[in-house]
Amino acid sequence: MSDGRDIWVYLSASPLLHLTLTLVAYQAGQRLHALSGRNPLVNPVLVAVAALVALLLATGTPHATYFEGAQFVHFLLGPATVALAIPLHRQIERVRRSAPALAASLLLGSAAAAGSAVAIASALGAGRETLIALAPKSVTAPVAMALAEGLGGLPSLAAVLVILTGVTGAMLGPPLLDLLRVRDERARGLALGVASHGIGTARALERSEVAGAFAGLAMGLNALATALLLPLLWRLVAG
Amino acid sequence: MLPNLTLLLLCQLAGEALVAWLGLPIPGPVLGMALLFTGLQLRGLPPGLAAVGDGLLSNLSLLFVPAGVGVMLHARLIAADGLAIGVSLIGSTLFAIAVTGLAMRALAPKAGEGGE
Repeated sequence: MSDGRDIWVYLSASPLLHLTLTLVAYQAGQRLHALSGRNPLVNPVLVAVAALVALLLATGTPHATYFEGAQFVHFLLGPATVALAIPLHRQIERVRRSAPALAASLLLGSAAAAGSAVAIASALGAGRETLIALAPKSVTAPVAMALAEGLGGLPSLAAVLVILTGVTGAMLGPPLLDLLRVRDERARGLALGVASHGIGTARALERSEVAGAFAGLAMGLNALATALLLPLLWRLVAG
Repeated sequence: MLPNLTLLLLCQLAGEALVAWLGLPIPGPVLGMALLFTGLQLRGLPPGLAAVGDGLLSNLSLLFVPAGVGVMLHARLIAADGLAIGVSLIGSTLFAIAVTGLAMRALAPKAGEGGE
């Protein structure tokens, strides 16, 4: 037993262990997702995160140690976001043909996300700092954190809410769209990108390139629209 | 593969630099996406870049796992307003998906038109 612990401590000192665990946990999540008959509630990201958090807590591993390994995966988010230009380039004719509808739906969805989040939490008695962190939660993390900070809220709380929103949308969005009989791939992608940023976009890409292209575009445009409009609207409403 | 991965990083780097220089309100990689998109529209998509990009994007969900672990360890931040946050988060995310999806379905020209 003591040998096992020594080896664990030794391996924990190198990035290899937590990098490998991240990849293993995610693939275990994918396997469970497949075994569940592709049940959207068995989301690979959520399974991997839950398993890794449980492991880190059980072994008393600090987050900084974990991140020394995981940063190699995390780093790829940047170039992967840039690469979203590729499906967009391939699908640009579809985007062009639906541009006015896209712009209108994007603004409606963006306002619905921020407005309903603040309205519901406010009705349930949430404090001001919570409301500020909730308003930009459908936007990609760096923008949401900057917005929350600019309005006098907590950027770290905003980051937590952004991730939870992404996973919620990726899990519940596709069954909801099925229920509403939204079968148009453009509409499905746009909805996931507007409401659930990159995590929703990843989910849309797993379904089709059309959905992925619209989701990636929606994520970028929603970040821009929210960054420009939310501070103005917040001052109007909260005075 | 190497020149194409470098191209993705160069677009991100240019995006980050422009965002910092001009004080733009969007993340560097999102501006990098816009820069690469402009380049692809002007010059076309090289097959090698398509392979690297599709490889990265086919595992996009994986790339959110480290960020997810990071924030879940700070999940006690939401404890103060736990119920309000939980209801608001799920309710507003579903509402936003429904509004966007239904609006786009109603407004967009039918997918069958224009040779689709």
